[in-house]
Amino acid sequence: MVDRSLALPDSVAKKTTGPFQWLKSMYLRSEPFRGYVMLSPTLLIMIVALGAPVLFLFVVSFWTQHLLDFTPGFVFDNYITFLEKGNYQNLLWRSIKISGFVTILTVLLAYPMAYFIAFRVTKNKLIWIILITVPFWTSYLLRVFAWKIILGYNGVVNSGLAELGWIEAPLEFILYNPFAVVVTLAHAWAAFAILPIYVSLEKIDRSLLEAATDLGDTPRQRFFRITLPLSMAGVVAASLLVFIPTVGDFVTPALVGGPKGLMIGNLIQLQFAKANNWPMGAALSVISLMAITGIVCAFLWFTKRIRTQDL
Amino acid sequence: MQDDSFISIRDVSKHFGDVHAVDQVSIDIAKGEFFSLLGPSGCGKTTLLRMLAGFEFPTFGEIFIDGQPMSSVAANHRPVNMVFQSYAIFPHLSVSQNIGYGLRNDKLSKAEMEFKVDEMLELIKLQGYGDRQSTQLSGGERQRVALARALIKRPKVLLLDEPLGALDKQLREQMQLELRALQRSVGITFVFVTHDQEEALTMSDRIAVMSEGKYLQIDTPNQLYEAPQNRKVADFIGTVNFFNARTESVAGGKVSMDAGPLGKLSAAPGKLEFSEGQNVLIAIRPEKFSISIEKPASGNAIEGTTDAAAYLGDRSHFYVRVNGVDKPVAVSAQNMDRTHDVTQTHQGQVWLSWEDDAMVILHED
Repeated sequence: MVDRSLALPDSVAKKTTGPFQWLKSMYLRSEPFRGYVMLSPTLLIMIVALGAPVLFLFVVSFWTQHLLDFTPGFVFDNYITFLEKGNYQNLLWRSIKISGFVTILTVLLAYPMAYFIAFRVTKNKLIWIILITVPFWTSYLLRVFAWKIILGYNGVVNSGLAELGWIEAPLEFILYNPFAVVVTLAHAWAAFAILPIYVSLEKIDRSLLEAATDLGDTPRQRFFRITLPLSMAGVVAASLLVFIPTVGDFVTPALVGGPKGLMIGNLIQLQFAKANNWPMGAALSVISLMAITGIVCAFLWFTKRIRTQDL
Repeated sequence: MQDDSFISIRDVSKHFGDVHAVDQVSIDIAKGEFFSLLGPSGCGKTTLLRMLAGFEFPTFGEIFIDGQPMSSVAANHRPVNMVFQSYAIFPHLSVSQNIGYGLRNDKLSKAEMEFKVDEMLELIKLQGYGDRQSTQLSGGERQRVALARALIKRPKVLLLDEPLGALDKQLREQMQLELRALQRSVGITFVFVTHDQEEALTMSDRIAVMSEGKYLQIDTPNQLYEAPQNRKVADFIGTVNFFNARTESVAGGKVSMDAGPLGKLSAAPGKLEFSEGQNVLIAIRPEKFSISIEKPASGNAIEGTTDAAAYLGDRSHFYVRVNGVDKPVAVSAQNMDRTHDVTQTHQGQVWLSWEDDAMVILHED
């Protein structure tokens, strides 16, 4: 039964019919619908280029390899192999350690830079931010090679130190080891740490800092009681942005890591390429994916607990 | 330096590059006084307050608080605390943690600290709010927490930077009274910065009216309104009508003037000095006029035409056009009579009359 008082006049009612009109009115009326429409291009790419491959990886990790062929199935052989082979586990553990060091080093180096831009630079902040991204104007590979030249046997560091007469023979411990991997990765990912920390520092209301000073804090106390807690969101974001991608990195360890600096990414690459053992590679990928997820969740839980704790 | 002054600002200037934000200001504030710095934005009042707090240092001059020179005392060591315009409540701390923040460097026991915080929560009537997150507070509550946080240190001086600006009108008026009562009960010297003249008049013992880095007059609210000493103060505090005049004789505590369309007038000169044959301004507040339809029998009076009448209930505002006067004269009349007062909304010919002591004579600036 149509309530006549609410019914639209015919002329108006006509305009609101038709197949596309329904979509249009849905678009205007429903906030979630509008959200999905706006997300749709990205969502599509994410599903096709991320969701599907990860699913495929997961499925393949339960297959097995026989000579040149893969046998589809649902067996845990690859996972058992991982648990049996100590050097696989060591490689994953080493990757996590190296990335952990990279993350700590990057955040520690990035924080003062972000602090400087947020609090000390008053004019032309944009120029400073652009300068930070300058290393990204060259390819990642070139930057890694640059570090190879800097740290190498006859590299910049060694020849410089030799020229100064501080060393007699070139230092060998600075290249082809985990140290070189940490240095190279920390440099490569610096901007990803600086920018989120900068944003979180920039957002801090300056009167909060003045209030802390007014209430008797020295600059040092103020930093640990106000500035650092209020920029923790940026530090957490920076840590995740650096840690997650570096665990799986295989270019840097392959180029500057030497045998002792190899990481899980190198092993996965080996499985997919030379060894032609896709199922094993897939299983290793899934394992490192889960390891990273676990570590990230633990990290988030931990930082949240710190932030809500009594200071 | 005056002996009884608690805060003494001596020839203080603050320059930011070429801008003289504060220009050779000297002010003495007594202990326990509620002192306001009033002026439009950019007049230097906030810069002066920030120099008292220690966030800025004077380019020239010296500030003494309780006899101590402050030029080498950093903000965190000064015996002053501040209530910020934005309240600056620490968002990651609870209400109690915010209020107790200043005590953390005092090495108190946990029980002492809790006692002091509870005392403050009671003072600002927020008992039981201690464990709340500061982000859950309303504007008025944040204001109180900011106040408690600054008072818990028992500062010698409390600085307030437009603390009521962010509140709605009703809450603001309530907080004005509460703040004034609080100041009386704690007995701390308050230095209050505001651009709201009504707020300054309501709360202050004395007010410094500031403009372009200098103060124009320091006086009680009553004196600022009734006896302004220059045109800018008269103009800034309340509404005022100015009339041009020329002095004819100055004698026996009376200044006789020729005020053109207003005729020959005479009034007391107040604190200012005048000489014969000087161009002056006569300032008359709107409520000092009486408005009537018949010509008054005696006294100063002038005829005019009401342009516009606004009925505000308790009073009516008129703009009366007078021949020979550039601007319409603003007149405010109390509506004393419920039914018969035709002047409440009258438009047309009227007579304005005023007493001699309604007039303030000012120098022409």
